[in-house]
Amino acid sequence: MSRTVRTRTFLVVGLAVAMLLAGVVSYYASSHPDGLEHVAEQAGFADTAEESATADGPLADYRVKGVEDDRAAGGLAGVVGAAAVLALSLGLVHLVRRRGSRTGEPSAGPSPDPATVPDNGRATDPEGSRHADAERGPLDGRR
Amino acid sequence: MHVPDGFLDAPTSVATGVVAAAGVGLALRKARAELDDRTAPMAGLVATFVFATQMLNFPVGLGTSGHLLGGALAAVLVGPWTGILSVSVVLLVQALLLADGGITALGTNITLMSLVGLVVGWLVFRGLQRVLPKRVGLVPVLAAAGAFVSVPAAALAFTGLYAVGGTAPIPLDTLAAAMLGWHTLIGVGEAVITGLVVGSVVAVRPDLVYGARPALAVRTLEIRSDAGASA
Repeated sequence: MSRTVRTRTFLVVGLAVAMLLAGVVSYYASSHPDGLEHVAEQAGFADTAEESATADGPLADYRVKGVEDDRAAGGLAGVVGAAAVLALSLGLVHLVRRRGSRTGEPSAGPSPDPATVPDNGRATDPEGSRHADAERGPLDGRR
Repeated sequence: MHVPDGFLDAPTSVATGVVAAAGVGLALRKARAELDDRTAPMAGLVATFVFATQMLNFPVGLGTSGHLLGGALAAVLVGPWTGILSVSVVLLVQALLLADGGITALGTNITLMSLVGLVVGWLVFRGLQRVLPKRVGLVPVLAAAGAFVSVPAAALAFTGLYAVGGTAPIPLDTLAAAMLGWHTLIGVGEAVITGLVVGSVVAVRPDLVYGARPALAVRTLEIRSDAGASA
């Protein structure tokens, strides 16, 4: 049996690695077109691509608008994007679990669109168990 | 493999939007059974890790690159239903914040990467796990096999969608051959990354790997029976 790494340590290290990949290592990624883009160019339908409605956004194309330095603009966009993914996914998972714990309540036909997930500030906290405890208080009070 | 707006016509995009909504809706119901205090934070970590790794395009042949899709990786680490939610969040954030993948193509991208790629990767993993010895050490290898198949599967699904609703008249056999060829190569990268990441987690905390649970259960039984035999 190998030595056990605490769950909290594991999550913190994993998150640090992810942020390092998004914020620093991403600068060294290949900038060649990916498989689909390449095939589209070769087959001759690359020009049918339309610009995304979000193409003028502050983080569009993995570059923070207004930041001149390539490394900083890309790394910052990666970190902000990764933080958004973390917050949304933890929030969504939290909602799925909370909905499951309320038995007898008719399922309110939740939208499958993850965009509707409320951005619970605590969702950015990687320690999921603590939210559950924090949420149970007011819920129990309501019953 | 993020599909931009304009590649597929409106009816096809609406159809994939419906498929994506149905798939994510089902995952919202089913993920509940996979989620506990240990797996819930893992779902957030896995989504963040897939997002970060998708930024790391690796070269494939001359002038082309590929990046991890992450479906098989997510499914093996946190379970298929939770994995669908994790990868869908990644695709949503990419489309909305980073203009990576079109807005009208979001349903297509969720269908291709979060549903087809992930489900195929998971089924290959589970199928192999069923017929092979249940060893914890095999889990990263099986995950890599699932990952390898998942990429050409998603590429083939795109070809199918393009055959139905592509906006340019492209010969289907040419498109299928090109998509399959390049994405089989990218699948090798997908397999290597998935194998390494799952292997790392299995080495440190095998109990945090959803796909390792059957093998861990067998190992516990063996330890118990060994203890019983020596007693």
